[in-house]
Amino acid sequence: MIGKWAPRTGAPRTGVDRFLTVLRVFAVGLVLVGLAAFVAQEISTDNAFARWANPDATGLTGAQFRGLVISGIAQGAMYGLIALGYSMVYGVLGFINFAHGEVFMMGAMTGMITSNKLADAGLWESNFIGALALVMFGSILVSMFLAVVMERLAYRPLRGAPRLIPLITSIGVSFFIQNMSIVLFGPASKAYPAVPDWLRDKHTFLEIEGAKIMVIVAAAVSMAALWFLVERTKVGKAMRAVAEDSEIASLMGIDVNRTIVKVFAVGGAFAGMAGILWGILFRSVIHNTGFLPGIKAFSSAVVGGIGNLGGAMVGGLFIGIAESVGPLLVLEPLGVSGVSQLRDAVAFAMLIGVLLLRPSGIFGEKLRAEDRT
Amino acid sequence: MTATETRPSALAEFAPPRRARDLDWRRLARLGATAAFVQMFVSLTAMPVRLDERPVIESLLSLGYLFIGVIPVIAGNRIGRQVKLEGVPIHRAGRYELLGGTLAGTLAGAGLSLLVILITHFDIREPLVNWSPQLRDLLSFNRGPVFGVLIWLGIGAVGGLVGGGLRLLPTRWRRTLLTMAFVVVLAAILEQLVVDLVSGVGLEPVAEWFYARRGGLTGAGAGVAAAIAGVASFFGRGRLKAARARINTLEGPARTKANAGLILLTAAVMIVVPLLVGSLTNELLANVGLFVLLALGLNIVVGLAGILDLGYVAFFAVGSYTAAVLTAATSPRINPELPWFVALIFVVVITGLVGLFIGAPVIRMRGDYLAIVTLGFGEIIRLLFLSDWLSGWFGGAQGITAIGGVEIFGITTIDGTNPRNIFYLVLVFCAIAIYVSWRLERSRLGRAWMAVREDETVAEAMGINTVNVKLLAFVVGAILGSFSGAIFANKVGSVFPSSFLILVSMVILVVVIFGGMGSIIGVIAGAALLIGVLGGPKQPGLLQEFSEFKLLIYGALLVWMMLARPEGLIPSARRSRELHQEEFLQDAWLRGQVEADEEAGDEPETAERS
Amino acid sequence: MSAGAAPLLEIRDLDVDFGGLKAVNGLNIEVREGEIVSVIGPNGAGKTTLFNAISAMVPVTGGDIRFEGSTLLGLDPNQVTARGIARTFQNVRLFTNMTILENVMVAQHCRTKRGAFGALFNTRAFRQEEDEIQARGEKALGFFGSRLVGFRLNQPASVLSYANRRRLEIARAMATQPKLLLLDEPVAGMNPVESAELTGLIGRLREEWGFAIVFIEHDMSVVRDVSDRVIVLNHGELLTEGDYADVSMDPRVIEAYLGQDTIIEDAIKS
Ligand SMILES: Nc1ncnc2c1ncn2[C@@H]1O[C@H](COP(=O)(O)OP(=O)(O)O)[C@@H](O)[C@H]1O
Ligand SMILES: [Mg+2]
Repeated sequence: MIGKWAPRTGAPRTGVDRFLTVLRVFAVGLVLVGLAAFVAQEISTDNAFARWANPDATGLTGAQFRGLVISGIAQGAMYGLIALGYSMVYGVLGFINFAHGEVFMMGAMTGMITSNKLADAGLWESNFIGALALVMFGSILVSMFLAVVMERLAYRPLRGAPRLIPLITSIGVSFFIQNMSIVLFGPASKAYPAVPDWLRDKHTFLEIEGAKIMVIVAAAVSMAALWFLVERTKVGKAMRAVAEDSEIASLMGIDVNRTIVKVFAVGGAFAGMAGILWGILFRSVIHNTGFLPGIKAFSSAVVGGIGNLGGAMVGGLFIGIAESVGPLLVLEPLGVSGVSQLRDAVAFAMLIGVLLLRPSGIFGEKLRAEDRT
Repeated sequence: MTATETRPSALAEFAPPRRARDLDWRRLARLGATAAFVQMFVSLTAMPVRLDERPVIESLLSLGYLFIGVIPVIAGNRIGRQVKLEGVPIHRAGRYELLGGTLAGTLAGAGLSLLVILITHFDIREPLVNWSPQLRDLLSFNRGPVFGVLIWLGIGAVGGLVGGGLRLLPTRWRRTLLTMAFVVVLAAILEQLVVDLVSGVGLEPVAEWFYARRGGLTGAGAGVAAAIAGVASFFGRGRLKAARARINTLEGPARTKANAGLILLTAAVMIVVPLLVGSLTNELLANVGLFVLLALGLNIVVGLAGILDLGYVAFFAVGSYTAAVLTAATSPRINPELPWFVALIFVVVITGLVGLFIGAPVIRMRGDYLAIVTLGFGEIIRLLFLSDWLSGWFGGAQGITAIGGVEIFGITTIDGTNPRNIFYLVLVFCAIAIYVSWRLERSRLGRAWMAVREDETVAEAMGINTVNVKLLAFVVGAILGSFSGAIFANKVGSVFPSSFLILVSMVILVVVIFGGMGSIIGVIAGAALLIGVLGGPKQPGLLQEFSEFKLLIYGALLVWMMLARPEGLIPSARRSRELHQEEFLQDAWLRGQVEADEEAGDEPETAERS
Repeated sequence: MSAGAAPLLEIRDLDVDFGGLKAVNGLNIEVREGEIVSVIGPNGAGKTTLFNAISAMVPVTGGDIRFEGSTLLGLDPNQVTARGIARTFQNVRLFTNMTILENVMVAQHCRTKRGAFGALFNTRAFRQEEDEIQARGEKALGFFGSRLVGFRLNQPASVLSYANRRRLEIARAMATQPKLLLLDEPVAGMNPVESAELTGLIGRLREEWGFAIVFIEHDMSVVRDVSDRVIVLNHGELLTEGDYADVSMDPRVIEAYLGQDTIIEDAIKS
């Protein structure tokens, strides 16, 4: 359990407790009032509250709303894919691999390089599906490799160190990879080649862009694959055993180090997958592409309950949708202007809010024996 | 006699090989390949190209070539690295060092040879921006690829030989040589500072003689510097240590007197030096001072109370904006145009409140969650300053500009146009921060922080209200950071959200960790070295040529520090105990053994030479 | 049990559950002022959990714990300590990187009050309090005679031997100025000489410092020598209580132990 956010009995005890209670009530109240104002605004833009708080309220049309939700889901699916890596590593090693966002970024970067090379060779246009498969393969491979190297060089020597030490190390790794990307590939933002029309146009089905459908489908397939890997294979069994208690697992004849390498590889693979999807969807990549998605993916893992793989995916969708619709659904009706700038702030606020209200996440965390206190 | 006999004999069988044919070939291949890879990587970052503009010795050696040239030396040296078994160095040097060193160095050099060949035949400039003919020309000294390939093999071999050979030297000579090289490089790096200082005391001719007009030491200058360093190191070794040991063994009033003397001396230097140097150097000193202040603040949070706060920049930002809003006439919503010192009171109060507000929800979280959540708060604060929503208050992306200086009782105004005064202002606040850290660490509160850092559960059970004491650390750290922010606003004369990126937090964290968590001296040294030499997030350091790479280096440094020396450059005694818990006792015993060996007249590293 | 004033510590129907496992189940215990009570029982009987519940380190699921007439439920561990209950841990948990002296100084946190202000301005009150803290710390260490003060007190606690760590932990608990001392297996891992010596000290703790003491112990000779009363736990429940002679003859106690190991036999032999 994280701290004791709920007093064991009766009334709040200390000043801090009381303050936190006020904060919780305020946060929930703010969201509720915002939602109510939004509903009122949808019924009539000229209601009393809107006149006071948000005079130029326009409300959202159904199509706009649907568009926001779909974008949120597509984005959230990618957060979820990245979050799996955070969650798995936390489950097994009990630390936050801060550099995981960079694994994702390098996946997107690799995708940019290979797809541009393929576009130069004409393959990207003539055989898009084949080329995309190739590009995905490359990205996944590079991300896996990077994650494994990271583990070997930076984290393995720190097994058993106090928990903040590997975290600080991973911050350094993240810093290093980001800036390595600047000096090797240059500081400018780099574009993906154009994708075929069927990915760009909205389809009749729900009027969603093809790319978003692709992202969602790819995430679903990956999730299914992961489920199969973890629940149905021997490797997965070893991973679960190590996550439960690595000492006992090693007594049972499981090679803990190799299992940890595999955990990093799998997490890296999903991050690489997310990277390439990100590239297809936003068509550009830069050295700090990994930072915000990384933090948000970590938030997703926490929201879903860290160590809980299904939770990570759901958490991702939750964060994705929340940051997509949250500003317009809650903040705008309260009269906050320029809400789209506050998207990232909303994502962070979600993390803080969840930790404040339900520190072990929506679905509960799955931690190593020694991390449960 | 050999020292080996005095050691437990069980260790003897782990002794490394002594003949050339016993060389550990796999290790050699691995080391050589790693070095080759590092060579190629460093070259592709364009670091050598940029650093080539920075001479060490006029027309003889540039920092760029030094940077890649030193890698084979390190490789050659590392191949014979002593094996530390339970703290006892049991390496014995032998002729194989030379062979191993040469081979490892050659392998390392071969990396660059390979790179020259690759650049000549392939063009992958597309992703790798530095894959350029210029790089090839630099690497082949403008004499064509064949020369380039051969010369790097040669440089590698010689470098490796030198590196390996260093091991064969008696310790004293080795130390002397290394000190000489170090001093020459240091003199080149500190050129601006030294020239400024020497000219300041009216010795321009000396400076002109030592340093070439277009930068770098003159040949003669380098020679003299090396000679002085060599003599000092050869004959003076141990004197410094002895002096320090003498001070450390002092007790009671004598100790107090020695300390007071040291403090006065430092203060005098700090006051006199800015008078001697020009405004460029003063600007640098002021920047270093600002980061010292920030690092001291973060040190209370991270170093003393053990709370990893990644959003520390939030307090820097709040301090800056509060000072800006309260002192600037151009502040959008409220502009009371308070004098800076009056505004400072509000800065303290407001940052303290923000610290409480951020601290209260996070303080009970698990340490690593706390890190990420504070990072989130750091971003939220910046996004709020940036947002249109609050731009009526803080000016959004345009920020607040035309902030006046600090008026000192009508005598003088301190602002960015006079960096010397800014430095003095910073100095005053640094002194305050040092005093605060020093007093608190040795008080009831400091002990409680230590206990919390070591074992929170037990601290709580021993009657410490952990939530309150941690929150207090958080707030004290916040307030110290806000001082830096308030000075920053008036120094630069404007505040923008883009000055408060998370990057700043990270840089401060690197400074604290590099210097040594929990160690006041360490943190100051860390800030001086990193910010002074490499530069801050936006502030240039002495090595301006490095500015593109400094963040890369910070990242690498952070990782390396955590792996190799987590207690930092100048550790607090306590921290290093914490991080080497189990080794500590063993070490104490083993050190006794080794010292006994040393007294027997032989350095353990080279024991087998005879 | 002698009748008299209201008990110092009063535990009523205490339950502690760990997700289905009832580590403590419907326990009723009283401890009087100045009493020395030992708690025995096989491993996993819930003895440490009982201590944890008293010191608010695990959540209580039912019942009540009253100290000097008012409940401890709902307090934080530090508040319990402030009320006058101090404890040691079964697996010694010192602040190993703090010095020996600092360990006993930091334990007085809840008895002292000078904060940042006093420290910054080095006020007379601050200095005075620091001196008092140090003197009291040294007094607590001095209780163990040359065993502890023979050391340079500004050495880190990690240099201490195992037995000395146990002693220091007791000194640290004493330094919180408690009325009730909870000792979790204080002589575990000590050799017979050290163990006998500490046994003597437990008696002196009551006489000289006036503590009531509850201690968990497996070594029956120690239990016999110092305790006024013995409480036997098994499976989280009170098996029996009474003086040593009664309890050690109780067939249920012997059976409970025989199911586990042969500590009693060892004790009887010795
Ligand atoms: N924090 C905890 N979480 C879950 N189970 C616990 C916890 N602490 C103790 N237990 C269980 O409660 C039972 C009693 O343990 P304990 O009180 O330590 O026994 P002992 O009498 O040996 O001191 C044991 O079965 C133990 O596994
Ligand atoms: Mg126990």
